[in-house]
Amino acid sequence: MSSTAPVAGRTRGMGELIDVPDKTTVLAPFGTTLAELGRERPEIVGLTADMGRYSDILPFRDAFPDRFFNVGMAEQNLISMSAGLAKVGKIAYCTTYSVFVTRRAYDFVAIACAHSKANVKIFAGMPGLVNGYGATHQATEDLNMMRGIADLTVIDPCDATELQQVVRAVADIPGTVYVRLPRGRVPVDLDPDSYRFEVGQAKQLRWGGTTGIISTGYMTARALDALSVVADRGIEAGVLHVPTIKPFDVASVLEFARGYERIVVAENHKTTGGLATLVIETLFDAGLLRPVERIGLADSFFECGSQEYLEAKYGVDLGRFVEVLTSSRT
Amino acid sequence: MTTPDKGPPPDLDALHRHAYALRRTMLQMAAGKGEGYIAQGLGFADCLAALYFGELRHDPARPDDPDRDRFLLSTGHYSIAMYAALAEAGYLDRDELPTYALNGSRLPMSTFDDLPGIEVVGGSLGQGLGQAVGMALGLRLDGSPARVFCEFSDGELDEGSTWEALMSGATFDCDNLVALVDCNGIQADGPVTVRIEPVADKLAAFGWDTVEVNGNDLGELTAALAGARAPDGRPKAIVMRTTPGYGVPTVMARERAHFVRIADGEWDGLLRELDEHYGVVAHV
Ligand SMILES: Cc1ncc(C[n+]2csc(CCOP(=O)(O)OP(=O)(O)O)c2C)c(N)n1
Repeated sequence: MSSTAPVAGRTRGMGELIDVPDKTTVLAPFGTTLAELGRERPEIVGLTADMGRYSDILPFRDAFPDRFFNVGMAEQNLISMSAGLAKVGKIAYCTTYSVFVTRRAYDFVAIACAHSKANVKIFAGMPGLVNGYGATHQATEDLNMMRGIADLTVIDPCDATELQQVVRAVADIPGTVYVRLPRGRVPVDLDPDSYRFEVGQAKQLRWGGTTGIISTGYMTARALDALSVVADRGIEAGVLHVPTIKPFDVASVLEFARGYERIVVAENHKTTGGLATLVIETLFDAGLLRPVERIGLADSFFECGSQEYLEAKYGVDLGRFVEVLTSSRT
Repeated sequence: MTTPDKGPPPDLDALHRHAYALRRTMLQMAAGKGEGYIAQGLGFADCLAALYFGELRHDPARPDDPDRDRFLLSTGHYSIAMYAALAEAGYLDRDELPTYALNGSRLPMSTFDDLPGIEVVGGSLGQGLGQAVGMALGLRLDGSPARVFCEFSDGELDEGSTWEALMSGATFDCDNLVALVDCNGIQADGPVTVRIEPVADKLAAFGWDTVEVNGNDLGELTAALAGARAPDGRPKAIVMRTTPGYGVPTVMARERAHFVRIADGEWDGLLRELDEHYGVVAHV
């Protein structure tokens, strides 16, 4: 009867803590950092739309119950209320899943927040293909949507190290910020002692070879993992990590691209409308023509399942990176 | 306008047997998967039994019949209950049920309308009732006798879209539409904390013929469904007070009932509790 035979593995539940083998992890880096920051900055308030447990904001609620508001499952209202709080002097950190901020509350983000440059920091959980509940929960076009809004800052952090720094950094910049939020046990891929996140700055993490990878979010970590896999075959590549999608670091991208024959763009997002589109546009505008390959998602809706299953099925897993790297002549 | 006939009085014993079977099926589907939306499913089983084995005019052999009554499950995460009902009613092969929530299964954790018997994509909550209003209007335009039944949850009363749809249902006189509001008292972060009450009074004030019932009492449910057949120009709402985990005391006692976690060894015990609740001699 069924055309597709089920395979081992299943959709993980919301809020399930998933082990990350072979990596150091930090538990709930967002909420724990926000609770620390809340002690330093009394103007910070926290909000969620019935997604407190699932967005890691509970450490802030526990530290500052009076400065925390669960508005219920009402995402448009979440964003309007955050804007209101910002307009009377607060810095509003609010959370729900990426899909529900972007698709449901888009107009509210654009007008109540961005247009007024309201001090609202949106932390959007389970971005891209991370959620196993299928198309209703997978924000695979959120970067495209959010970068379409003027005066909005858009950030896709790589790991726990970067996320912790982002939580602090966005408090220091005025206006509305959309941050893709990794939750639960978040791996540490970037060295906390040496890595420094700066809003709007891309960071080169690897040098060498003739292929240059430009990536954002945890796809940067995957690129680094893939490079260690192929290292013993003598394959090298450059990696430029672009955590800030908007404003886009045109200068660093051009400088990086000049040094490589072939560019690979990787993102936990559709290959249209997100980082790949931005890179191609940037290169073309500057008259710098390089072949560009994209690792990312097709323009489609995706099914339910475990993250490994979905990533393998839709061609964004480690194997895909290795394949792309080994197909290059370095 | 056609008047739906009164029909024979409901066979409550038969409905009880179906509700028991649905609950048993759900526990078996969830067993060994460690977790799931079992509490909601157990709480909602009586309503599904009353619909699929009583109130709905439907034919599992013809899931595309244009004149079928529509049942919309707005809360896609209640999928386990829905698949159990579709199997019990004959839409689904029972052999497929163990694939629930597995990679590649046609029965994913959240409902999608590519499966026969599922009318809308659930999961992004607050989208069911508006579609139900649209269906009710379209069916009325076509002179169809079909009625539309739409489940939604107390959590969905947090969403503005639900109230927008409630106003539309009344504005456009959708008396072929029945809202089934599953008030189980919980949502994702714990107990319902938004002041949604008094739900029944609010729906009545929004122009809906509203009754409030114990959603785990088949007598009350069937009476409310029969009362919702009146072609009086007003949409109908049944506010169901349900108990998460109903029929299985261990699940009922869970404080974090939205997404319960159950160890592998516990499932047989839960089945025994259910059997005891129904006074059934243990299955071997
Ligand atoms: C629009 C939207 N926002 C948030 C969520 C995440 N979510 C999934 S279930 C849920 C709770 C909804 O309340 P209810 O249906 O009453 O919960 P239950 O009775 O199942 O505990 C939430 C917030 C969602 N699926 N859709």
